Amino acid sequence: MNVALVKNDSGPAASSAFAAAQGRLPGAGKVAEIRREAFAAFERTGLPHRRIEEWKYTDLRALVREVLPLAGAPEAAALAKAKAAIASVAIEGAAKLVLVDGVVATDLSDLAALPAGVTVRTLRAVLDEQSNEARGDLLLTKASDPMLSLNAALATDGVVVTVADGAQLSAPLHLIHVATAAKAARYSRSHVKVGQGARATLVETSVAADGAAAYQANDTAVIWVGDGAQLSHIRLMRDAADAVNISSELFTVGAKSKLSLFNMTSGGAVSRLQAFFTLAGEASELIVNGVNLLRDKQHGDMTLVVDHAVPGCTSRENFRAVLDDRAHSVFQGRIIVRQDAQQTDGKMMTRALLLSDEAEADSKPELEIFADDVSCGHGATAGALDDSLLFYLRARGLPEKQAQALLIQAFVGEAIEAIEDDGLRERVIAAAQDWLEARA
Amino acid sequence: MALLEIKNLQVRVEEREILHGLTLTIDAGKVHAIMGPNGSGKSTLSHVIAGKPGYEVTGGEILFKGEDLLAMAPDERAAKGVFLAFQYPVEIPGVATMTFLRTALNAQRKARGEEEYSTPDFLKKVREISKQLSIPQDMLKRGVNVGFSGGEKKRNEVLQMALFQPSLCILDEMDSGLDIDALRIAADGVNALRSPERSMIVITHYQRLLNYIVPDVVHVMSKGRVVKSGGKELALELEASGYAQFEDAA
Repeated sequence: MNVALVKNDSGPAASSAFAAAQGRLPGAGKVAEIRREAFAAFERTGLPHRRIEEWKYTDLRALVREVLPLAGAPEAAALAKAKAAIASVAIEGAAKLVLVDGVVATDLSDLAALPAGVTVRTLRAVLDEQSNEARGDLLLTKASDPMLSLNAALATDGVVVTVADGAQLSAPLHLIHVATAAKAARYSRSHVKVGQGARATLVETSVAADGAAAYQANDTAVIWVGDGAQLSHIRLMRDAADAVNISSELFTVGAKSKLSLFNMTSGGAVSRLQAFFTLAGEASELIVNGVNLLRDKQHGDMTLVVDHAVPGCTSRENFRAVLDDRAHSVFQGRIIVRQDAQQTDGKMMTRALLLSDEAEADSKPELEIFADDVSCGHGATAGALDDSLLFYLRARGLPEKQAQALLIQAFVGEAIEAIEDDGLRERVIAAAQDWLEARA
Repeated sequence: MALLEIKNLQVRVEEREILHGLTLTIDAGKVHAIMGPNGSGKSTLSHVIAGKPGYEVTGGEILFKGEDLLAMAPDERAAKGVFLAFQYPVEIPGVATMTFLRTALNAQRKARGEEEYSTPDFLKKVREISKQLSIPQDMLKRGVNVGFSGGEKKRNEVLQMALFQPSLCILDEMDSGLDIDALRIAADGVNALRSPERSMIVITHYQRLLNYIVPDVVHVMSKGRVVKSGGKELALELEASGYAQFEDAA
């Protein structure tokens, strides 16, 4: 079989989606040119498939089949539904930045009540700014990936957030993606710059409003963590059961800074978070924790690429998957240690808990080390719940499902405990419990 | 009156018969010791009473308070009052001891149709018991048995026994891995729980434990059967003469 032959499967749908979307895409001139190039880059592969190494275990051509048309701009009815969905995920005290079907919903957001030191503009406004020569850069990234290219081609909106140097945010910023569409796609691209010495928490939630179904989400976030800054980024992916969510996040981390990313995916038929990290300043710390809670025929993928470009940085990756029924979880972790990046300390651990004989977990750790004075390691396990622990709990009076739930909570707790903020950690634990209770 | 009646129990593990028609009656309020050499089936008996998977009962029956114990799931047995103190209590990382104790106690109470404990009542009760057993509070915040010494693990078993108030306690080789001091603390905890409403089965290889927990009745097991029963003096007799005589008898 050859690639060109298969490619035709998704080609026409994608090009008609791109053509039809033209009137909705902000940015003329240089921006439009970048979009065309990005779309051409996407078309060279089409939907990524198993013969593209990075997508070997998440074959979108088989899982998704086609690129859906762009979702319409949300109207009053959609916004009303979105408002109800937001109420269920809102965090008290956090400033909400809401995107509905990929478009910033100003009235649902707290743009007028942002914490001191935070500015937010919409991507749409920036891309439409004729005088801004650099605006097209907002669609460019160092990483090349078909879904990232498709996002650049079709990004309708997003938030462009700046946290001023030295700003210490006491409450989180909450980026909320709400889907209201059925059988349509959304593309958003957001930028977050955390200034030198600043400290911030960014929560990102993806939810479906009542009536949203079989949608495709393709959201990108490009995030800079300045020198001496600290960012805690927590993602809760609770998409509709038949939705597709492909998220890309690109981080550049400065010197003596700390970035902590936590992702938990429990929704979506097919989902992937691909996160690319460049440790560009010395003595920085990166902590990534991920949890996949999947059942039925859900497919969830966490793909991490950590590039240690400079000496003396530490990275920790810790992934947990809990898989029931015929669910399929993928973890890919690549650590690159450049020649100059001496004294790099990089560790990666992935563990899968299989609650069913038909569940599948794929783990692919990769170390590419070009420096000689480094400490790097990885580990992977997959297995069922420990019978001796289950029996101990049952002998103490816990019914089977409850005993399992307690052990599953402990298993994912190893990743969740990395969340430092008590309130947010409790939220995530509660979300994991929701999943467990739905199982019982 | 009999609390537990085991009649002609036959048990297999992976095609191999371990218990060959064991009969044993445990009276309410009494402490029964079961002694026997390695491989006589002592631990198998304790596991089958508690409902551990992997054992196939091919014959006989076990009645607990007149009910068919073998028809119940392990958690139902616990709620009915069966408690197995494990020879090697497992470590459960990530499950805080307090969370575990509260979840287990309330699961048992719920199964019995009793009201669940409120958090303050529960905390008060656990504090009381852990004080009696000299279990420091910070141990209860750690994962179940994680990083506990052998003695601490056994004390944690006794704590659970005191908290759940079972009517039948099975102590499986409680003395294994304990030094004399740790053994004394654990045994004192067990003795404090002796009552006319509670029976105990003390499974041990050595007579030593029975100096601390003095039994009312001693049974000798060999090759999957009870081959002799008697008073506490039987344990001393065994200590002097060994198990060999029974190996032949069985």
